[in-house]
Amino acid sequence: MNQKKIRVLVAKPGLDGHDRGAKVIVRALRDAGFEVIYTGIRQTPEMIAAAALQEGVDAVGLSLLSGAHMTLFPEVVKALRKKGLDDMLVFGGGIIPDEDADKLKKAGVDRVFGPGTPLREIVDYLNGKLRVAA
Amino acid sequence: MRRKDDPSDLIARVRRGEHAAAARALTLVVDEDPAADELSREFFKSAGAAQKIGVCGPPGAGKSTLTGRLIGLYRKRGLKVGILAVDPSSPITGGAFLGDRLRVMEHATDPGVFIRSLASRGMVGGLTHTIFGAIHVLEALGCGKIIVETVGTGQDEVDIASVADTVVYVTTPAMGDEIQAMKAGAMEVGDVFVVNKADLAGRDKAVADLRSALGLGRASAAPAGHHGSQARLTAASVEPRESSWEPPVCATAAISGEGIEELGKILDAHLERLSSTGEGRERLKRQHSAELRFWIERRVVQRALDRVTEKSLEDLLAHKTDPATLGREIFRS
Repeated sequence: MNQKKIRVLVAKPGLDGHDRGAKVIVRALRDAGFEVIYTGIRQTPEMIAAAALQEGVDAVGLSLLSGAHMTLFPEVVKALRKKGLDDMLVFGGGIIPDEDADKLKKAGVDRVFGPGTPLREIVDYLNGKLRVAA
Repeated sequence: MRRKDDPSDLIARVRRGEHAAAARALTLVVDEDPAADELSREFFKSAGAAQKIGVCGPPGAGKSTLTGRLIGLYRKRGLKVGILAVDPSSPITGGAFLGDRLRVMEHATDPGVFIRSLASRGMVGGLTHTIFGAIHVLEALGCGKIIVETVGTGQDEVDIASVADTVVYVTTPAMGDEIQAMKAGAMEVGDVFVVNKADLAGRDKAVADLRSALGLGRASAAPAGHHGSQARLTAASVEPRESSWEPPVCATAAISGEGIEELGKILDAHLERLSSTGEGRERLKRQHSAELRFWIERRVVQRALDRVTEKSLEDLLAHKTDPATLGREIFRS
């Protein structure tokens, strides 16, 4: 009877409106059997954290193409922790240089995916991280 | 079990109004986790505490945007508002894209608003099997208004009438003529009709068409017959709408907010009527009956399907048996 599903929030913090990448991810995760909540563009870290809490998601995916990821991704992690969501898996995507990825990892963003990442890789990553825990 | 899953602790925290606890309780309830049984027993005590407003109608009519406006209206009155928005699960992968939240993000950080997106998880008819359990969590959280937004498959979404106290059917000027409004199904269960996107051409005609079609219904309305307890539990048993309430038709433009105050007054009037006539009690009874039906359907169907083996399917392929015979054997075993 138990019908546990992996739920993922996909959000775009910041001001850029380029949401095609986020929508492609949403679609790929849906087709992989996840329940995906998409909150649209121009979200503040507080809005994303509140949505993650109320929706009871297992992971939060952030998409950002404006270059503000070093500011906004850690802000989202902080907002999540403020809500008590300390264990939330946070991952990201966008135009993010490799050297930033390491710094983001230290700031609580588990992994970033650059342009051209096969969708399968992201699905496998989430399954690997969350199926065991589920 | 994680500490936060201790049922009595979760229950106390939900009743104190903690969103984190409500979120966790909702997850356990909609996942049908064994730990949810105790929660559901407790939260059922709050059943009937809120006015449950069902918002249904075809995809793209503006249900989510209208819901956002209703949230704003009730927040101005200082009421805590809960929203359960259902979107379809894929029958192929089980995955779902839940996009209703996108339309109500202006209320995202308001501590008096709790929004949860639900996937239909295999149920047809615009809802999900665990919808009642989810409603009771939000009632226990202290929500005075709970808005349940259906999938929006349109014409056959009648289950909402067994879940909500007040059913709002949303359509637009572009959704067709009087003939569409005469068809059976969701239109029969609306308590309030909204022609949304009233800024579009054809608004007055759409309102007139709806009124006219609803008028035909009144002219032919037969007196409500007696339904035995058996009938109450069948899928098709939605009680006929009492003829003394004439479903109002209201024009709104959810994007600009036009008509929302009027819609709010109509919803208040309907609630007032429910409590002053005893129909509220009847509806609550119907809701509990539906909650029981959902539970039974889910358990009985699943238990029977679990007994279908690969071998029995091979037997069907070989014409050694037939589905009806096999079905009877499954029920006997």
